[in-house]
Amino acid sequence: MSREHTGSRWVVRVLLAACSVAFVLPFVWLVSTSLKPIEQTISLPLTLIPREYLADVGGRNVEVTLDFQVAKPGAVVRYRSGADAGKLGFATAAQLAHGLDAALVHPVDAGDWHVTEKQASGQAAGQPAWDILARDRVSSRVHFRWDNYPKALAALGGDAEADRHRVGFWTFLGNSLVVAVLGVVGTVLSNAIVAYGFARLRWRGRDAFFALTLATMMVPFPVLMVPLYGVFKAMGLIGTLLPLWLPTWFGSAFNIFLMRQFFRTIPEELSEAARIDGCSEWRIFWRIIVPLSTPVLVVSALFHFIFAWNDFLGPLLYLTRKDTYTLALALESYQSQNGGVQWHYLMAASAVTILPVILLFLLAQKTFIRGIATTGSKN
Amino acid sequence: MTRTEKKQLRAGLAFTSLWVVGLAAFTAYPVVASLYYSFCDYSILKSPVWCGLENYQQLVHDGLFWKSLRNTLFYAGLSVPLGTAMALGLAMLLNCETRGRSLYRLLFFMPSIVPVVASAMLWLWIFNGEYGLMNGFLNPILGLFGLHGPAWLADPSWSKPALVIMSLWGTGNAMVIYLAGLQNVPHELYEAAEIDGASAWQRFRHVTLPTIAPVVAFNAIMALIGAMQLFAQAYIMSEAANGNGNASDGNPERSTLLYSIYLFSTAFQDIRMGYASAMAYILFLITAALTWMAARLSRSRTEDAL
Repeated sequence: MSREHTGSRWVVRVLLAACSVAFVLPFVWLVSTSLKPIEQTISLPLTLIPREYLADVGGRNVEVTLDFQVAKPGAVVRYRSGADAGKLGFATAAQLAHGLDAALVHPVDAGDWHVTEKQASGQAAGQPAWDILARDRVSSRVHFRWDNYPKALAALGGDAEADRHRVGFWTFLGNSLVVAVLGVVGTVLSNAIVAYGFARLRWRGRDAFFALTLATMMVPFPVLMVPLYGVFKAMGLIGTLLPLWLPTWFGSAFNIFLMRQFFRTIPEELSEAARIDGCSEWRIFWRIIVPLSTPVLVVSALFHFIFAWNDFLGPLLYLTRKDTYTLALALESYQSQNGGVQWHYLMAASAVTILPVILLFLLAQKTFIRGIATTGSKN
Repeated sequence: MTRTEKKQLRAGLAFTSLWVVGLAAFTAYPVVASLYYSFCDYSILKSPVWCGLENYQQLVHDGLFWKSLRNTLFYAGLSVPLGTAMALGLAMLLNCETRGRSLYRLLFFMPSIVPVVASAMLWLWIFNGEYGLMNGFLNPILGLFGLHGPAWLADPSWSKPALVIMSLWGTGNAMVIYLAGLQNVPHELYEAAEIDGASAWQRFRHVTLPTIAPVVAFNAIMALIGAMQLFAQAYIMSEAANGNGNASDGNPERSTLLYSIYLFSTAFQDIRMGYASAMAYILFLITAALTWMAARLSRSRTEDAL
């Protein structure tokens, strides 16, 4: 019996470890790519650790890129005549044997690396220095390119010089925060008030109205999409952030349900005692129910913040001008304009978009998980 | 109605008044308007013109409509069962007494809160045919058989499986719910079963499954409704992986033209809002039917199991 248990415990451990690797690896890949120089994102075999390569090129020890391996043996030569006179070039052994008019600089083995001096962007354009070296003459060390991050964030807003009315990362961040924070305040306030009406008051039609409220949760958003767009267009709000947070101030079925469940667990005697003391319902709500309900209010706030921060379809529908874009929409628009080339910048910008929700989650982990567990199982 | 009843009704309506307005403006009106538009020729620029069943008749003969429906059902049919199985499997692993349980739970859950745009970018990169992590893993293994990893999102037969794989990464939410369900199973039941000589499989089949079946059924239905409406991932990834054309084309070869994407492009790019509303109502009916069917199915299953 106990042997069977130790055996199965090991199976569980191995499975858990394997699954963790599978779940974490995409994050590692994201961060790894975001800290690489561009050429290391598109080189094979794949590497996980960003590196920096150094070699003596043109008489100086400089940072280089590993371009490719030379297939055939030969030599680096300096041409003596022709159009390239005075320049360096690569000649195969056969070309040298045929009497190429060039001075031998140094011989090259098959498999040696063609390296090029890495030039900082914006440096005067000229022929970068290059050479073909044995792999052991190129030294390497781990090097995280943190400066990809400011560059990626700058790129997110568009070309700095070309666009005079440039909007940047901080505008997008601000927009995302406006939508998320105003949405959170609206969600918590409006749903708490409404849920009190459903949970703690007795009135004719209440249960039917609540059933109707629950039924609306089943309506797919695409059904509402076209008329909602029409409503906001008629109100002149297309192209502003308002359609993204204004509706939260008028309740939502899910949050009403969530809060109602919680409010009902608060003992009725508390309200009764307060009523006998002559408290109004509003006072009971504000002074008794709200202070006792912080856990559920925090859960609603967290859920909504994450929803608003992550939302893509809403901003895509309603936002028309770049200076109103949220971070999520700006990220998508950057990608669709630049294509999948600058993976290191794209991953850095994605990491920045992810970071706030991850931090928020880590800070409020317990509340979060308890909230999800209760919403999913009590139906 | 007595005076107290009136007073109570007034108080109830006062507290729920915000929601009365919200429900009317942001749900009820759109639901009704959408139904009306679905019988109209309507672009947002001009007022709707009644055209009867024309939109629905056109839809029946619209190849793209059927294609988008098939694509969506294919995606949902793969992602919901796989996602449910995976979430349940992870929850059961976490339900075992092991060290570092809360850390594992954290790791499995985290992907599910990542903004969809960012995770689409990340998986776009992972599924890159040449330099992506996925083929970086697969190629050495497939190479033994002389094979090569597919181009995933750029390959019409692999683009939907790629979306499914990405969706599995985000199953943490369901996992947390199932874990809570498993922890509610009384310990005495397992002990009693063990004393009776039940094997691990029998314990799962006759103790665990019946207790959490309602939770699993409910969440699978929600996942199905969600999968039927999948939009952002496919919208972002299909355009980006194939470079050319429009985000709403469902590249490559319309293999990722999902229902919501076709609906969105019909409404907001072709500005055929009546036609799009007809599509929306068909989705509404499908969703309602699936919900009803699954709810019935799960109820009878649960009763059988108990």
